[in-house]
Amino acid sequence: MARVLLNMKKTAQPGEIVEVKLLISHPMESGQRKDETGQTVPRDIIHEFRCTYNGAEVLHLDLHPAIAANPYLAFSLRAEKSGTVEMSWVDDEGVTGSASAPLEVG
Amino acid sequence: MRFGRRAFVVAGGALILAPGRVRATPAEVAAAIKEVTAGAEPKPGRVKLDIPVMVENGNAVGVTVGVEQAEPRCTDLYLFAEGNPLPRVLHARFGPAAGRTQLATRMRLATSQTVIALARLEDGTFWTDSVDLIVTLAACLE
Repeated sequence: MARVLLNMKKTAQPGEIVEVKLLISHPMESGQRKDETGQTVPRDIIHEFRCTYNGAEVLHLDLHPAIAANPYLAFSLRAEKSGTVEMSWVDDEGVTGSASAPLEVG
Repeated sequence: MRFGRRAFVVAGGALILAPGRVRATPAEVAAAIKEVTAGAEPKPGRVKLDIPVMVENGNAVGVTVGVEQAEPRCTDLYLFAEGNPLPRVLHARFGPAAGRTQLATRMRLATSQTVIALARLEDGTFWTDSVDLIVTLAACLE
């Protein structure tokens, strides 16, 4: 599976806004490109992404081919209580990826 | 058949035209926005689109889009690129655990064009922001 870099602080105060930065290694093949033989390279992008924090949704993304290769995503969540931040995504070939990190609040 | 000069010119023209649609049109984007807003006309403001005006490399352009105000809360953000072959870029939906209703990513730009952000707020209103930008090296389409 693709390599993933996740950057997020480990501890936070209640109510604090916590930045989440994620870099996923993925070609994000747009489906617009042609190979040397003139054949269209089939589209293969991460088209859906979601992030939850203790089961509550933080962010849901529908992505299109205009997202650059090796997608970088930066967003934030509101710390409430200690728990886990979980992220998952799926590409056009059905390959899924995930990342998670604990967050200690208090 | 002799492959004459005229045929060469025609074949060359066909080659140039072959990729067909290399970019969307503002009308397509307007239609896509209408689809999202169910016909409502979005107003400029509230949402902020941050993207460089001069882009050297269209393959990966940093873009930040978001609504700063907390009330009424932003529920959905959309991003459109008028000059890309496919104008839709992303749709972000913020859940109850979201912090700031802001998202940063990197996008492809096929050519110099207008990029449009659309935000839906909790009260059902729609707001837009747009940036006209110049791309020196377009995202590779070949």
